[in-house]
Amino acid sequence: MSFLGELWQFLRARKKFWLLPIIVVMLLMGGLLILAEGSAVAPFIYTLF
Amino acid sequence: MRILGLSAYYHDAACALIVDGRIEFAAQQERFTRRKHDPGFPHEAIRACLRTTGVRPAEIDLVAFYDKPFLKFERLLETYLAFAPRGFTSFRQALPLWLKEKLFQKSLLVKELKATDADVDWLPKLLFSEHHLSHAASAFFPSPFERAAVLTMDGVGEWTTTSLALGQGSDLKVIREIHFPHSLGLLYSAFTYYTGFKVNSGEYKVMGLAPYGEPRYVDRIKQHLIDIKEDGSFRLNLDYFDYCTGLTMTNGRFDALFDGPPRKPERRLAQREMDLAASIQAVTEEVVLKLARAVAKETGERNLCLAGGVALNCVANGKLLKQGWFDKLWLQPAAGDAGGAVGAALCAAHLYKDQPRLRAGAADAMRGSYLGTSYRQSEIERRLAAAGAHFETLDDEAIIERCAAALAEGKALGWHQGRMEFGPRALGGRSILGDARSPTMQKMLNLKVKYRESFRPFAPSVLREDVAEWFDLDEDSPYMLLVADVLDRHRIRMSEEQERLFGIDRLNVPRSSIPAVTHVDYSARIQTVHPDTNPRYHALISRFKAMTGCPVIVNTSFNVRGEPIVESPEDAFRCFMGTEIERLAVGNCFLRKEDQDPALKQRYEGRFDLD
Repeated sequence: MSFLGELWQFLRARKKFWLLPIIVVMLLMGGLLILAEGSAVAPFIYTLF
Repeated sequence: MRILGLSAYYHDAACALIVDGRIEFAAQQERFTRRKHDPGFPHEAIRACLRTTGVRPAEIDLVAFYDKPFLKFERLLETYLAFAPRGFTSFRQALPLWLKEKLFQKSLLVKELKATDADVDWLPKLLFSEHHLSHAASAFFPSPFERAAVLTMDGVGEWTTTSLALGQGSDLKVIREIHFPHSLGLLYSAFTYYTGFKVNSGEYKVMGLAPYGEPRYVDRIKQHLIDIKEDGSFRLNLDYFDYCTGLTMTNGRFDALFDGPPRKPERRLAQREMDLAASIQAVTEEVVLKLARAVAKETGERNLCLAGGVALNCVANGKLLKQGWFDKLWLQPAAGDAGGAVGAALCAAHLYKDQPRLRAGAADAMRGSYLGTSYRQSEIERRLAAAGAHFETLDDEAIIERCAAALAEGKALGWHQGRMEFGPRALGGRSILGDARSPTMQKMLNLKVKYRESFRPFAPSVLREDVAEWFDLDEDSPYMLLVADVLDRHRIRMSEEQERLFGIDRLNVPRSSIPAVTHVDYSARIQTVHPDTNPRYHALISRFKAMTGCPVIVNTSFNVRGEPIVESPEDAFRCFMGTEIERLAVGNCFLRKEDQDPALKQRYEGRFDLD
């Protein structure tokens, strides 16, 4: 729960509430991807993420 | 107040401990796990830190992490959004990682810190500093300046890729930023990738390769890839790059622009790669110089501090110093992300807790960067004996005498002394040393000791008092981050036939009376050695000078290609037995290769992933 509170504070401080619906959609999609794939492996040749 | 600084989870994890404003310890995790650029939480480095400093976990007042995960996630989302639907493959791989781990970094950090001491309540102690503010803090607060302009440049932090800050006393403010995806570091990395080297470790090789080539692609780069403004600010043309959406740095259009696909790693280097390296180096220097000139003009500051991965481009640094826009230049020796651990802790001390900044007169606060682990003589003897080593224990004077004599005889000498260096350079704490006057030393060290590409140059360590006698430099360069030319009087002119040679063929032509450390363009990446920060190393070179008349020796990191620099006496002994290093000095223990048990020799080449 503290994570959600911090996320809310972050969006408020950055004035980026418009990101909220995108985050929700992405969380859902991400959840599905995790369920489908089962592993989280760092991708990519440069760790931009 | 005790503040632990951490960098982790991307590359070059490290920890640093600041006690009442003084940097007491700093080390990279890779040295302990023996995994190059180890990104994992620095458990081993923290344990070594607590052991070295005698601080207990419960005594740590604050823990400062070197970047802000939410901001990074914001950049990630907005980038994917901007490019959608392109980039789905990358998105599909990145998102689970974030949702499982990186987004919850606060709780992850607390969990990891609990492994150090489960009884400590770590959560209220945890702070986060912005990536480039951490870099800027690592460059300004330890510098010898009361006030300075601070320029940071790297691949990318959260959003920022380049920043300008102003530091005064214990205050530091960022005043300008260039944001992702426009990044000088990523542009350089794109060419690193394209010329067949590993991104994030092969950038040195591109810089070392540049003098073999002609910068004939500069116009093409400036016309198509980067728009450089007069004040050094820039924009990249993303049509040619793949890093926002794909899994590589460059794309098909980039290949078409430079007449072919990227070089495959470990394939033969052609003149094209050398010309590409020379070109991107020239463009990078142009950006750095324009940025610095604008900073000097805008701020009126006479001192400049640099950090971020691009600040490790010592060729650009050397040119910047020569321009005279600034009276003094100070470079953070751990300019890459490992140094963020020091910066984050210093941010917490000075910007969050308003602690006054400690100043050490004219000296900087990195103390030669000898901030890592060290071993007592009795422990060295015990560890070497347990490893099966045969050694003599000498007194302080005799070890210097024997080592200097070995160098004068042209032997490769492993040198493991005192505290380990923090940052990517070996500075005479964990070094392999050789005679700079030997015309065969560069090739021998590259091929038989380091097992690395023969074109790569070696750096000189020179007594500070003698630097101006040998190089076009009369400044301190204790961290090997400035390049300057060998003076004319020490150069050897090339014959007409040699002048006609191209690229790598020029490698075997001796260019000066210290050929092992003179690059093909007569340049050298200089480390000045100071008696106050490393008296034993200074004594060694002084003795070598007394024997030979030359105050310059070859100094390369104590490792083979792809291996992290050695940390312990055992690491040093293993590397000694796995390579053709002929003599080894660990503390006051002196080892000769021919005295060792042949059964302990091991095949060292190929043991580490190539960098």
